[in-house]
Amino acid sequence: MHPETNTVDPAEIAKFEAMAAEWWDPHGKFKPLHMMNPVRLDYICRQIAEEFDRDLIQPQPFTGLRLLDIGCGGGLLCEPMARLGATVIGVDAAARNIPVAETHAAQSGLDIDYRHDTAEAMAAAGEQFDVVLNMEVVEHVADPLAYLTACKSLLRPGGLMVCSTINRNPKSFAMAIVGAEWVMRWLPKGTHEWSKFITPDELFDLLSRAGLTPVDRKGFVFNPVSWQWSISPRDLSVNYVTASTRPA
Amino acid sequence: MRLMTRTQDILIVGGGLNGPTLALALARAGLTVTVIDAQPAAPRLAEDFDGRAYALALASQRLLDRLGVWAGIADNAQPMLEIKVTDGRAGQGPSPFFMHFDHAEIEEGPMGYMVEDRFLRRALMDAMEAAPGVTLRHGARVAAQEVTETGVTVTLGDGEVLSARLLIGCDGRQSGTAARAGIRRTGWDYGQTALVCAIAHEKPHGGVAHQFFMPPGPLAILPLPGNRSSIVWSETHANASAIMGLEEAGYLAALRPRFGDFLGGISLAGTRFTYPLGLSLAQSFVAPRTALVGDAAHGMHPIAGQGLNAGLRDVAALAQVLEEARQRGEDIGSILVLERYQQWRRFDTATLALATDTFNRLFSNDNPLLRMARDIGLGAVNALPGLRRGFIREAAGLTGDLPALMR
Repeated sequence: MHPETNTVDPAEIAKFEAMAAEWWDPHGKFKPLHMMNPVRLDYICRQIAEEFDRDLIQPQPFTGLRLLDIGCGGGLLCEPMARLGATVIGVDAAARNIPVAETHAAQSGLDIDYRHDTAEAMAAAGEQFDVVLNMEVVEHVADPLAYLTACKSLLRPGGLMVCSTINRNPKSFAMAIVGAEWVMRWLPKGTHEWSKFITPDELFDLLSRAGLTPVDRKGFVFNPVSWQWSISPRDLSVNYVTASTRPA
Repeated sequence: MRLMTRTQDILIVGGGLNGPTLALALARAGLTVTVIDAQPAAPRLAEDFDGRAYALALASQRLLDRLGVWAGIADNAQPMLEIKVTDGRAGQGPSPFFMHFDHAEIEEGPMGYMVEDRFLRRALMDAMEAAPGVTLRHGARVAAQEVTETGVTVTLGDGEVLSARLLIGCDGRQSGTAARAGIRRTGWDYGQTALVCAIAHEKPHGGVAHQFFMPPGPLAILPLPGNRSSIVWSETHANASAIMGLEEAGYLAALRPRFGDFLGGISLAGTRFTYPLGLSLAQSFVAPRTALVGDAAHGMHPIAGQGLNAGLRDVAALAQVLEEARQRGEDIGSILVLERYQQWRRFDTATLALATDTFNRLFSNDNPLLRMARDIGLGAVNALPGLRRGFIREAAGLTGDLPALMR
């Protein structure tokens, strides 16, 4: 474990440590993530099924796939992936998240390997995966290109990375910072720094420069009337997600 | 004595109509289900006609078809081709204003089907028998239920313990599942009792369902196969118990002036039943690892035959929510998942419960002003084709946010 040799901003880790115990409270501080989780999972499941030719009707369609979730938090993505049959390793740079996630996985009867580690350290150790989940992390790192290059080397050739983040424009500032942090109090103030947000074109460019092949991008859109998230092929103006593969 | 714990994905309490239908829908979605039925097997399999029948809206028929149940019922189902709604007073005949809904005005088919309880019940039993993933426990009572962070256990009367990730109460308006989960209920008595029976009549009904609104309460005449009809007849509690106390001849004599003579001579074709009418809404449809379906969530007035159809809509919605959750690897008993079901169904059923409540109050009344107002209302609906087609689709259960299994 080498959490010190990484590109994670220490101030960011401290903010998340303060929130770690709240992960599994559906009406607590992480309510927005819980609300968004179904569309994140839908997108991830569809991309994995397409890339690895799996049938989502099966009870455990992801059996045999080795999956890494970077910034696993309390395990909101790791647990569903383990239920669907994947061999799951969750890493988080915030040490306090690990026992929270381990405790919950044990309660759920799921076998998940949680580690206090970073993408960079795991890449240096030569670990490789079929799938890397990189959800809402890239906007928190100090050097996105170095980080995404480490992520690429964590993929075996032909592997899939799903990466989501927040767009940078006046609307995303209004929605993600003024709306989610200041008005709704969904997230603690200071969770996000708008200047670190990345546009979809910039992310595709970064992914390409990191040696990956971007294959898809979609928007995650919140409807304040139905109070639900949905996946949009066109509206990437605030939250969005990308899929890319490591060339074989 | 604590016996071995048996584990399945889902436990359903209640072996009536919603419970078995839900079990089949969940098994189809790849989940393992045990149905706990307080009744022994014999009455569920009885072959005699006991007088009970249901008006299945078209959407409900589609659900049963998708689940492979309809094939066993179709030969014994009576399509409802027309519905006539009339404001009447016993002995006076119908008022000139009435609504007439004809299925020919919508393209989907009949508005629904009348099905006798015995055929529906046995078709559901056969389908559960054949479904991998469904286990049926007859004559089993729930002694206790306990919810933990990650699961739920149910202790049966004989001490056996069953465990699952989710417990679903399909156990009616006096739901023990809801009570044990600490879910409170709200509602009121209508001061009415429904008299239910089947009658044989001389003339064919032509697939027409009738709803007469009379001061003591509504009377529905619903067509069964052959020259038979199912009667749901609401009276004040006092009248109803007096009428039930009569011999068969006296009972028919009380029914005849309300029924009229348009179908010729009538006789009883099954047992007589009574049901006290009331509204009973659960204050929440979900609790940690617990969900309520049908009358356990919302017992409403049977005025438009909406009770079973609303329950089957819950079934289709909950099955869809749980199937989607399972396919994306979510914990199917998580309150986040269950709240999606509640969000989908609660507003719809509360609206329907209040609509049936209002309708009943408006029509179970001899106030001449109200009577004139509702006659004008009925006449207006009848005169406007768009509004009329809206009512026909509503009766067929085709309106609103329809679950996939009913489309």
